Amino acid sequence: MTSLLVQPTAATPAPATTSRRGRGGALASLLRNRKATVGLAIFLVFCVLAAVPQLFTSVRDPNALSFVPSQQPSGAHWLGTTALGQDIWAQLVYGARQSLVIALVAGLCATVLSVLIGVSAAYLGGVADEALSMLTNVFLVIPTFPLIIVLATYAGKGTLLVVLIVLVVTGWSYGANQLRAQALSMRNRDFLESARVRGERRSYIIVFEVLPTMTSLILANFLGAALYSVLTAAGLQFLGLGDPNSISWGTMLYWSQSQQALQTGMPLWAIAPGACVALLGVSFALMNYAFDEISNPALRPVRRNRARRTHS
Amino acid sequence: MNYVLRRLGFFVLTLWAALTLNFFIPKFMPGSPINALRDRTRGKVSPAALQQMLTAYGFKPHQNLFVQYLNYLGDMFSGHWGVSIGATLGTPVSTLIGQALPWTLGLVGIATVLAFVLGSLIGIVAAWRRGGKVDSILPSVFVVTSALPYFWVGLLLILMLSVWTNGFLPSDFNYDNTLQPSLSPGFIGSVLKHAILPAGTILITSIGGWILTMRNNMITTLAEDYVRMGRAKGLSNRRIMYGYAARNAMLPNLSGFAMSLGFVISGAILVEYVFNYPGLGYLLYNAVQNTDYPLMQALFMLFTAAVLIAVLLCDFATAWLDPRARAKG
Repeated sequence: MTSLLVQPTAATPAPATTSRRGRGGALASLLRNRKATVGLAIFLVFCVLAAVPQLFTSVRDPNALSFVPSQQPSGAHWLGTTALGQDIWAQLVYGARQSLVIALVAGLCATVLSVLIGVSAAYLGGVADEALSMLTNVFLVIPTFPLIIVLATYAGKGTLLVVLIVLVVTGWSYGANQLRAQALSMRNRDFLESARVRGERRSYIIVFEVLPTMTSLILANFLGAALYSVLTAAGLQFLGLGDPNSISWGTMLYWSQSQQALQTGMPLWAIAPGACVALLGVSFALMNYAFDEISNPALRPVRRNRARRTHS
Repeated sequence: MNYVLRRLGFFVLTLWAALTLNFFIPKFMPGSPINALRDRTRGKVSPAALQQMLTAYGFKPHQNLFVQYLNYLGDMFSGHWGVSIGATLGTPVSTLIGQALPWTLGLVGIATVLAFVLGSLIGIVAAWRRGGKVDSILPSVFVVTSALPYFWVGLLLILMLSVWTNGFLPSDFNYDNTLQPSLSPGFIGSVLKHAILPAGTILITSIGGWILTMRNNMITTLAEDYVRMGRAKGLSNRRIMYGYAARNAMLPNLSGFAMSLGFVISGAILVEYVFNYPGLGYLLYNAVQNTDYPLMQALFMLFTAAVLIAVLLCDFATAWLDPRARAKG
């Protein structure tokens, strides 16, 4: 029967965290959440790597074939060299930039698109809503990864721009659906009614009244879109559909796979860039889940001491 | 009835949109199959003969676009998907798909269902024992696993269970190709052995999402009045857990599950590529590598139709299970 006793504590939010959050409070509660801090820390490390890669390695052109190929890790080459004679550590460091750019730019554009379409669908209503949500639903069910592969192939093996466009086109619909639902639930609230009565323009109401109340959902959507972009872009490049001469983790994976790195005793060549993709993805996912916990107190981890008190 | 009609309308419209997209993308993108084929057959076949070959396979660039479009729509529905013009030149597309389909359905289908069932169960138990040891570490662990790239998990598994153990588990193909396909125990064992690593990859990366959403839904449901009512009536814990809470918490997950079933036949392209598993995803990869347009078009059509049918069935199931959905439609 213990579970029966514990249950009510789960339903009622922990008192310490129920104090009303002001504007700066969102950031503060984000920092109090351990998942969020871990995610943020990983993200910041990658940001530093991407901004100043030359501080972390003496190699200046990581793609040049300037070393003895297939070396095991040593003091000179921390992670060894590739079968083509490049330093793996240097490639990792320089590769951070492209992966981050893809995540942030594609995530941002997809989020902007989903806000535009989702919120205007909800706010305009009527025929416009029908049309826009139909569009969203169509994009939602079309299988994205095959579409991406097909698109990337037709568009000529992808430059960065092609990859970005493809990611945005396929990545916005999920967020648009969520934002529309959220905006719909607010359509008839009093503060919006009063803005209308004041005679504000529609664009003003959407930008200054509706959007600020949806900040946390929009941020969560951005993190989700960024996670999707990181994983998908890496997958595309791994399949060889990116630019094979670019410096990125996905491209490293492509070369390691085509040179059979695992089977020829150089596992680090394949595992290390994959681990970086995974870490960046994990950092976005952790921050995203932390947002869920902050906006829905019921999901937060139960304090161990509180739980024990209820048991006795 | 209105609800069902609306969903049917959506189904038809989306299918049409996907098919149209599928038709026009190759028409407006650079790179033509005739050039690709010319490169591949480099000099062995004269351009005129090549042109004739392509026309025989249904490639008519000079025909009126609208007529082509209508023909294409008709062909897609009647199963005349054309003939491969890639590495498997001349083989009917439907034969190629027929060979690959069972492998994908078996591998990815079973792994997806398993991930959903296991994940939901773990999520239910975690939410029920809220604040317990399992629940305090579970979310963090599965947030991490659900963000891992498919192919990287696959590579790790290959490294640890195949390369380091000197091929203890096979890392590519669907069965030992020295064996003749039959129903003998040896062959079935080989098929199963070859499926362990790819299935494990899918399980590891997809189970986290089910656990987390199920746990979160379940926590919300457990706070409902009817659960308290069940307790007050003195029902057994098991009854409340599965019959009252889990049953309702499962509803929102059902549509997600339907979608992922639909994505089964397309979803695991990366896994099939890493493990050289000859399913539909691998087929698409090869079609793309060889600019095999008829094969690509048919596969993409099939992928979309699968998702749409799954979503449609789920809509009907929800309408049947949940009266609120009927009223809203």
